[in-house]
Amino acid sequence: MERVGRQEKHVFDVAQTGVRALNSYLHGSLAEGTSIEVLNPGGAHSIAVGARATVQIDVRGHAGYYVAGMNQRAAVTVHGNVGWGVAENMMSGSVRVTGFASEAAGATAHGGLLVIEGDASLRCGISLKGADIVVGGSVGSFSAFMAQKGRILICGDAGDALGDSLYEAVIYVRGRIKSLGADAQEEPMGPADLSAVRELLAAAAMSGDPSSFKRVASKRSLYHWNAEAGQEY
Amino acid sequence: MCGIVGLLIKDPEQRSKLGPWLTPMLVEMGARGPESAGLAVFDAAASGGERQYSLHAPAWEYDWSAFARACEARTGGTVTLRSLGNHAVIRADLAPAELKQWLRAEYPALHLLSAGAAIDVYKDIGHPSRVADRYRFRELAGSHAVGHTRMATESAVTPDRAHPFTAGEDFCLVHNGTISNPFMVRRKLEHAGIEFQTDNDSEAACRFIEWRLREGDDLEGALARSLEELDGFYTFLIGTGDRLALLRDAFACKPAIAAETDTYVAVSSEFRALAHLPGIEKAKLFEPMPGEIYTWSV
Repeated sequence: MERVGRQEKHVFDVAQTGVRALNSYLHGSLAEGTSIEVLNPGGAHSIAVGARATVQIDVRGHAGYYVAGMNQRAAVTVHGNVGWGVAENMMSGSVRVTGFASEAAGATAHGGLLVIEGDASLRCGISLKGADIVVGGSVGSFSAFMAQKGRILICGDAGDALGDSLYEAVIYVRGRIKSLGADAQEEPMGPADLSAVRELLAAAAMSGDPSSFKRVASKRSLYHWNAEAGQEY
Repeated sequence: MCGIVGLLIKDPEQRSKLGPWLTPMLVEMGARGPESAGLAVFDAAASGGERQYSLHAPAWEYDWSAFARACEARTGGTVTLRSLGNHAVIRADLAPAELKQWLRAEYPALHLLSAGAAIDVYKDIGHPSRVADRYRFRELAGSHAVGHTRMATESAVTPDRAHPFTAGEDFCLVHNGTISNPFMVRRKLEHAGIEFQTDNDSEAACRFIEWRLREGDDLEGALARSLEELDGFYTFLIGTGDRLALLRDAFACKPAIAAETDTYVAVSSEFRALAHLPGIEKAKLFEPMPGEIYTWSV
């Protein structure tokens, strides 16, 4: 531990301490504003999972699966790429990835903000439950599958079946959408959408023209069983 | 789960590093597949273009010298032998079909792991770290290698059902995932006279792709056809005499990451298996896209 000004800075070299020591520390009672630096992540799983204090966590390098999962209040930055399920089931706080994210980024996240500066792989925002996700690059196929609540802003392109079986989450895409999933449709951008995009770009510290985005939301035709549909959706 | 690893050394000066660099990759992926492990290593330079065979005996102690003498008696020529425990590599003037027939008649307990001018295959049950120690993977050299750590889903945990699977010559495949139509593929291939050694689904994928190559497809063509014919979840890593290839199905439920530098191309299920590689901090890292065919040449 070192002191930087008045704030404490804790350094965990997880190659030496292991991930469990880091997470146990994060689950303890931490002073607000504490700064934690994680060195040599080496793609290990479950780094900084379950943090629940208003602290800043910097992961220096590539993280493995589930980094910053179940996050509450903490501001986590991964200076590198992340594996599957970054910020899965996040409740609040923020998670930023400076590189690319593998599959299922932000899965089932309830709240908070996930920013991926690079691309996100398949199933980004699967079953999203209220968080905001901003992707600087493109997302892979089946993104926002069954997303229930929250917003996903995609500055690049989207793969196949975007928003399949979407509930009430809203997706904004600047680039090309390879295909929409069942029950997802493009809708006109209203004033509320333009301000939502502006707000998300500002929160992610990214620039862009809100009017260059398309809105994708649910047709809501799968909400009720339609016996006439003949299994065609 | 299962883990896959592959490494192709671009710089011929560094080929002695194949084992030292690949072994920690395989051991790290032991977390994804702790039951059995295997490795196919390609070293065309060492064999001098001569055909060699890798063999596996059921017990660790095996009289390979007696086997080599019997092989010499059979061929009337010299047989060279290199052995370690239950694993041996022989070079003999014997065509693959002849050797298989002879083994079946005289040595039914021996399992032919591979045939070809570059390939040598090791596979056995046990944690990947123990398999790696058992066969001294760290001492292996060559141009490229393909490895696998297994968590069985489709068939029993036995050495012959561990990966890599081989077919024909200088061809192997490792697989993370599950093929849904292996029996359909298998029936089709059996009609074409192709024999199977196990009931494992990955063997069907291996034999299908190798069959397409023999039918005249190039590697890319054979892999494109496997995207149409093989149903299920897969990340395949394939080794041939001079190439490494990777293919993920369109749903990409099974992971893969690749790292490329001027010295090597490394592929694994997860980044943590690549974290120790020299120069990894400057490597070009990417996730292979679903449905895309990736190949790298020696």
